Amino acid sequence: MKPIWSAKKALIWTLLAIGAIIMMTPIIFMFSASFKYNDQLYDLALISSEPTLSNYVYLSQNTQFLTWMVNSFIVAIIVTLSVLFFDALIGYTLCKFRFKGRTVIFVAILSTLMIPTEMLVIPWYIVAKDLGILDSYLGLIFPGLMSGFGVFLMKQFFQGVPDEYLDAARIDGLNEFQIFIEVALPLVTPALSALAIFTFLGNWTAFLWPLIVTSSADLYTIPVGLSSFSGEFQSEWQMIMTGAAVASLPTIMIFLLLQRYIIRGVILGGLKG
Amino acid sequence: MNKSPRTIKQKRALWAWLFLTIPLIYFIAVRFYPTVGAFSISLTQWNIVGDKTYIGFDNFIALYHDPVFWGVLSNTFEYLLLGVPISLLLSFIIAYYLDQVRFGHGFLRACYFIPFLTTAVAMAWVWRWFYQPVSIGIINLALGEMGILQLDFLRSTTQALPAVLAPAIWAGLGFQIIIFMAGIRAIPMTYYEAAKIDGAGSWQILKEITMPQLRPTITFLVVISSIGFLRIFDQVYNMTQEGEGGPLNATRPLVLHIYKTAFDNFEMGMAAAQTVVLFVILMIITALQLRILQK
Repeated sequence: MKPIWSAKKALIWTLLAIGAIIMMTPIIFMFSASFKYNDQLYDLALISSEPTLSNYVYLSQNTQFLTWMVNSFIVAIIVTLSVLFFDALIGYTLCKFRFKGRTVIFVAILSTLMIPTEMLVIPWYIVAKDLGILDSYLGLIFPGLMSGFGVFLMKQFFQGVPDEYLDAARIDGLNEFQIFIEVALPLVTPALSALAIFTFLGNWTAFLWPLIVTSSADLYTIPVGLSSFSGEFQSEWQMIMTGAAVASLPTIMIFLLLQRYIIRGVILGGLKG
Repeated sequence: MNKSPRTIKQKRALWAWLFLTIPLIYFIAVRFYPTVGAFSISLTQWNIVGDKTYIGFDNFIALYHDPVFWGVLSNTFEYLLLGVPISLLLSFIIAYYLDQVRFGHGFLRACYFIPFLTTAVAMAWVWRWFYQPVSIGIINLALGEMGILQLDFLRSTTQALPAVLAPAIWAGLGFQIIIFMAGIRAIPMTYYEAAKIDGAGSWQILKEITMPQLRPTITFLVVISSIGFLRIFDQVYNMTQEGEGGPLNATRPLVLHIYKTAFDNFEMGMAAAQTVVLFVILMIITALQLRILQK
């Protein structure tokens, strides 16, 4: 049956398209304003008659946005790598090994999902203060290095890996760690990419803990830096929009490059997690 | 090293514990110990510099008698009670129709999904700009050009909360739409075919097949989005003057109140008690929802 454009279908399509435009409006206006001078901000034309890069030049020369970007990348990448490695290892062990205490450990790790981060930030802050790691990279990353969500997700996926594959590798003389890295991990790459997407995105956009743990501008992540910058630059909306655009660009770019994988990953992570 | 022969089973159990040692230390040190810590700090009076004084449940009693705290709780529930139904209804309608569209499907889906990938702090400032009075904010600018009256948005005690909520709903829609569409796709086609043979109309199919089949999806989204709205923070901190949750505390949610108590006033015991309240609310709401929706 070939699709036929009935009046009803055309109406639905039009309404969906209007909705899509509305959804994109804040993002489009943000980028549009970042190429405008302050005095052009208030006409609604999306592309200014004299587009300018001066806001971007100003941000890169007179503010610490570059440092904040680097900080955010460092934190998000270290945390993501750690979560991928450890959550996969824990999930694999809990799925494929039989030993006393296995269920207790799994339930204990799962129960951490019920604890809201907000409840932990006060004890974390106190411990970090006592250890002298407030206002440091270590202080930024330590709360996120492993996650209950990832353990659950990975355990689910390792269930789909046949034990015969692992046994075959054992006969070939690989040790258990080699089997995990060389045999088991490559079989769960969809789950790993789903976990990577959620973890990177969560850390790139994280605000509460970085806001609490950092106090010097050199260590701000991009959300904290943007928040403090915007608070100072009130009314210089073109500058704030440029900062917001810089903060949003990396994740939007990654999405445009890896769209299919990301949507699949979000569905996997959302449904199995 | 002792070379006594070990059975394969014992050897593998040893590997398991080797793999789990660091994770166990981590989960105990960074999850369980702080959880216990939060409960125990909530029973103290402590300004972080001086000594902790054990005061039993005094913090909780003080919270119970604090009208500001009740105002904060009522705001928090307002975010929940507005945010969850509006976002779920919108995302379901969009997903339901988007699923039927072939032409430009990928492009439309991307437009709905991209806001989910943005940084809440960045978008809070974009929306804050939109809400400014005329000559600055584009919403009032557009209203003005259409000759409609101006809105106060963030400056009004009644409009500020929905205004702060809007970007939170907006950013979450993409995720909910994707999950709803996956749920709709997972319903076996045979169900629909059988219904069509029985002569069911599209409204009847939606009511009798799609909705019941989507029950697990709906349950999941209700629980996840409720937790999200109950913990709203980034938008409020960035859209209100000095991050105070104003005007006159009209937008201040629980998490912002906790942040202010702990890191502006350094009343650690009181703030920990507030986090315990948050924890209890999240547990009760989640348990209730699972109970009602899973039956």
